Amino acid sequence: MGVFDDLVGQEPAAALLARAAAAGADFLAGGRGAGMTHAWLFTGPPGSGRGAAAKAFAAALLCPDGGCGHCDVCHQVAIGSHPDLEAVRPQGLSYGVKQTRELILRAAGAPTLGRWHVVLFEDADRATEAAANALLKAIEEPPPKTVWLLCSPSPDDMVTTIRSRCRLITLRTPPTAAVAHELATRDAVPPDVAEFAARAAQGHLGRARRLALDEEVRRRRDAVLSIPMSLSGVGECITAAERLVKTAEEEAASATAALNETETTELRKAYGEGSSGKGLNKGLVRGGAGALKELEDRQKSRATRVKRDSLDGALLDLAAFYRDVLAVQFGAGVELANEDRRADLDRLAGATSTEATLVRINAIMKCRERLAANVNPQIAVEAMTLALRAG
Amino acid sequence: MAVTAPAPVILVTGDEELLADRAVSAVVAAARAVDPATETQDLVGGKVEPGEITKLASPSLFGDRLVIVIRSAQDLVKDVVAEALAYAARPAEDIVLVFVHPGGVKGKALVEGVKKAGAQVVTVTKLTKPGERLDFIKSEVKRAGRTIAPDAAQALLDAVGSDLRELAAACSQLVFDTPTDKKGIDVTAVARYHRGRAEVSGFTVADAAVEGRLAVALEQLRWAMSTGVAPVLLVSALAGGLRSLAKVGGAPRNLRGGQLASHLGMPPWKIDRVKRQLNGWGPEGLSQALQAIATADEQVKGGGADPGYALEHAVQVIVASRTGR
Repeated sequence: MGVFDDLVGQEPAAALLARAAAAGADFLAGGRGAGMTHAWLFTGPPGSGRGAAAKAFAAALLCPDGGCGHCDVCHQVAIGSHPDLEAVRPQGLSYGVKQTRELILRAAGAPTLGRWHVVLFEDADRATEAAANALLKAIEEPPPKTVWLLCSPSPDDMVTTIRSRCRLITLRTPPTAAVAHELATRDAVPPDVAEFAARAAQGHLGRARRLALDEEVRRRRDAVLSIPMSLSGVGECITAAERLVKTAEEEAASATAALNETETTELRKAYGEGSSGKGLNKGLVRGGAGALKELEDRQKSRATRVKRDSLDGALLDLAAFYRDVLAVQFGAGVELANEDRRADLDRLAGATSTEATLVRINAIMKCRERLAANVNPQIAVEAMTLALRAG
Repeated sequence: MAVTAPAPVILVTGDEELLADRAVSAVVAAARAVDPATETQDLVGGKVEPGEITKLASPSLFGDRLVIVIRSAQDLVKDVVAEALAYAARPAEDIVLVFVHPGGVKGKALVEGVKKAGAQVVTVTKLTKPGERLDFIKSEVKRAGRTIAPDAAQALLDAVGSDLRELAAACSQLVFDTPTDKKGIDVTAVARYHRGRAEVSGFTVADAAVEGRLAVALEQLRWAMSTGVAPVLLVSALAGGLRSLAKVGGAPRNLRGGQLASHLGMPPWKIDRVKRQLNGWGPEGLSQALQAIATADEQVKGGGADPGYALEHAVQVIVASRTGR
């Protein structure tokens, strides 16, 4: 089966989805369609390919051949231009009830091409409580041919009422070998680099790809991983925290600056800037300032999210480091994510106790919680580096 | 008592209204000391008609003395300015003419002309330094024949703020209300009527907290919150204070002066102050205090029920962490 081949290391889930797509085809042909349902929740750790799995399933549903991977429909799904596929991906910090209601209205329509109307909602955990409740009503009483595909890291991220109305697809962390193989075959990465990137990314395919292809990302990871060994005094902790936050800010700025500028220019143009003609050459037409302000708010929310995500990525790298320390301390025969820093791992493992390592991992998790609760990043990260030092 | 008559033409220039008023009253008082029957004419610059000055300043048949005060002299129209300057060149004997000018460019011709004509100039500028305001308080009290202790003057300044009129009113009330059996006004007398601070910033709270003055820090904290300083700003001021302690404390020992300043990215005067504050702080304490800040920030941002409690608790932990370890 074509479209499911691209899912890395998710064979059990792929088989299940393929059966469901076949059942869906059966239903459309007038059969009972046992095994197909109208709402699905894709869960799995970050990088396991929730979005990719949901998209593949969407292609399988919409394609007359059950997801061949090379027909027009499959291509349209892949690039997101299929008229019956509504893909939603929250860009800001949260997804509000107003946007959700609009989405539900669109989703209620019959499919244009006659098969299914698929709504693919990535990062559905970003929906606010009110938005989730609005969504619940749509999922509870669905139009006959609408299929909801929700994605979230874990089932617990969705409210119980939604969870109980969805069929759960649990994706696993892809094995290192599968990720390395994918990198080596698809991105032509040398095998040793692919191996390193797959291990360091701990099964996160997207991150492994960035690590393998982008020198800057590797450098940043090195900077983060050198933090545990540098925390000799309180002053160093403060400096390390400052650097971490600043790097995240720079990353966010570089990621969003270009995008912001094009968006703003587009909007200004849409509101008549630079156009000539009667009554038009006076800058923005009526309503332009308000729309511009709205855009700025959206951009700000997106920048905050990028900054938080980037900081969170660094924190997860740190957590993985201490997890490896713990593994060495217990002599567990598991694969180490930071094999390349074996010397540091051994040194820390010998110098501290397992309890101290667990306390440190807790401090990192606490810092993530604080960041999510909108605590000033510098203050939160300082508290964490200090806790890492103290143990 | 030998009395000297005021100069015939006086220019009061400057932007401190209270002092300008004082200067004018002093002139009137001096004129009255010479002749108790002296009358005053108060004019406002914009409303003086041409010819009015000449009319008022003509020598009286009965030799009455007169003080003419022209306030807002910058608003005098051009003709009147010419008339005034002509008069200032040859002033009448029994008349005192006072111009009150707030300084600045407007009506500059008058100021320069009057000065050239040899008028007496009284300059009254706004006080900008805290020390000058303290001197003002002292002289106010002294004028009433009393004295005020330096710490009492400071307390009064903190409580009332920097407006001179308010300060003067507060001084006269204090002088009036303090029993005359003790000559000096002390802190307790000030504290009876004035308490707290007109202006408290987060940095005051932070300084008191890192210096281990718990009572002061808590009091300032409450003042800051009741005068409307946002809890988030207070947390960040506390964090800033502790952060600079950690930075200066952790700086390489061999750096000095300018090198240290550029290494830390802080101005030298701040480094000196932080170095004094470092007394009593050790790495463990700093670590504990900064953890408390993170907790407080979380609570202030909605994680706790009461931002006030969160801040007070943080201040208490900061002071308690100052153990030298």
